[in-house]
Amino acid sequence: MVSAQKGQVKVITGNATGAYGAMLCRPDVIAAYPITPQSEIAEQLAQFKADGVIDSEFVEVEGENSAMNVVLAASVAGGRTFTATSSYGLVFMYDALQETSGFRAPVVMVNANRETPGIHAVSSGQQDMVSARDAGWVQIITENDQEILDQIIMAYMLAEDNDILLPVMVNYDGFYLSYLAEAVEIPPIEDVDKFLAPLKKQAPRQKLVPGVSQGCGTHGMEMGYVEARYKHTQAMERAKNKVDEIDKKFGDYFGRYYGGQIEEYRTDDADIIIIASGSATGTARTVIDAKREQGIKVGLIKLRLFRPFPVERLINALKGKKAIGVIDRSVCFGWKYGPICMELKVLTQELGSVPILSYIDGLANLDITIPHIGRVVDEVNEAAKGRPYQDVTWIPMEE
Amino acid sequence: MLAARMLASAFVQEGKSVASFPMYGFERRGAPVVAFTRIDDKPIREKTQIYNPDCIIVIDPGLLTLPTLFTGLKPESVFILNSPKKLPEKPNENLKIGGVVDATGIAVQEIGRDIPNTCLLGAFAAATSWLKLESILKILPDYLSGDILQRNLKSAERGYKEVEVTKW
Repeated sequence: MVSAQKGQVKVITGNATGAYGAMLCRPDVIAAYPITPQSEIAEQLAQFKADGVIDSEFVEVEGENSAMNVVLAASVAGGRTFTATSSYGLVFMYDALQETSGFRAPVVMVNANRETPGIHAVSSGQQDMVSARDAGWVQIITENDQEILDQIIMAYMLAEDNDILLPVMVNYDGFYLSYLAEAVEIPPIEDVDKFLAPLKKQAPRQKLVPGVSQGCGTHGMEMGYVEARYKHTQAMERAKNKVDEIDKKFGDYFGRYYGGQIEEYRTDDADIIIIASGSATGTARTVIDAKREQGIKVGLIKLRLFRPFPVERLINALKGKKAIGVIDRSVCFGWKYGPICMELKVLTQELGSVPILSYIDGLANLDITIPHIGRVVDEVNEAAKGRPYQDVTWIPMEE
Repeated sequence: MLAARMLASAFVQEGKSVASFPMYGFERRGAPVVAFTRIDDKPIREKTQIYNPDCIIVIDPGLLTLPTLFTGLKPESVFILNSPKKLPEKPNENLKIGGVVDATGIAVQEIGRDIPNTCLLGAFAAATSWLKLESILKILPDYLSGDILQRNLKSAERGYKEVEVTKW
């Protein structure tokens, strides 16, 4: 495939970028309900529909649960579908979320990360995504506006691959990215068509047809259930390498690479590694560069894939490192570590007795600042020298 | 909010990298809002709030009493204020340039409502010389159209011409 043409550059928000990303993939059916900080996506898509930019069926629903059920049904009928939500909306569709993955329906959804019900907080945080961790969806975290758009295109390539057939949730930090205006290149829609064309060359996926009596979804008793679950988890495993392959193909065509499951920054010769995700990773890169100038050999891993967890890539990137710091923008009830850190702790056998320091920061719109990440680097660096360390630190509680 | 985004768009016209975002909780008109805009020759990686600004634009003069208004201000920075009154004497020792314009008055005359944003962008261009007025005028059609666009173009031009600039 030759390279794509240069697209038009617009200064738009993360939310608007999400709407453009969806539009470029020509979904057959869109259903979405507005919620802070995602509302602009629903509004922009409705505007596209009103202006005739998209010919998708746009279903105005009375809530997120209906939104997910609408796109699930449309997906099972063979359509390409899109929805977007956040926080309370994600929670409100929790049963439908699991239906969708159980049906192996390749729905693509954007989730603008926000804190969840319990403490009424209209603010950024990854708790919503974390709360849906075991819903059977692929969950990907993005760092900036351009990546939101590009990842939505890649999400369809992943979801609708006949070897995968899983719903994909594209996450980005609410407020920090949902409202962030940046210059974004909007690729020509014909080039997105070309990129997604291989999906159409596959054998058509099984679908419900009106008038034809056949079952659908995974009505499994006993071994039928077990088999469906087994195949679902196997598809999750396959999704990992597929994410890397799609990233490579996307980069070769559009000129932008994101690293697939994880992106490594200055890790090759690094003694210590910081793991972060989402909008904080850009800030972390600036800190890594500054600390390198001070002689600290530190690298960054940007976690892009949260589910399935990129076990093999992480082991490969972390092997032999002397200490690791993980910054989580959410909490894990029942474990003292942050959720990403907790996942990493499972790899202790492969990584050896390396210190893994957990940091909780950026909850409820609080900022993951340059000094915060600088502190993380310094403390992880001390831990690498064998000095005693605190294994969990809630950064805002210590300021 | 929209003013911050328009400002970012105008700088893109001049080949700069930009990143701009507001910070607020519930969406409601009239609530106090802070919006951050970064401008650079290089790609912008940081996604944090801004703690050490080079310029502060205050849209509502009622906020002048905020004790933290000038906290973290860089030396030799710029202050743009919407007010019908003259600037108080140098409001902070780190300020180098002050610009004051009755953006509300101009907006009411030109637009018919108290929407001083585009007028303040014009004032910003004149006081800082960081970008051309033309770049602002050129991007406004991306945000507005018809009669409202014409009125805002006028408002931005008047902000540019009528801002009273003080150098300290």
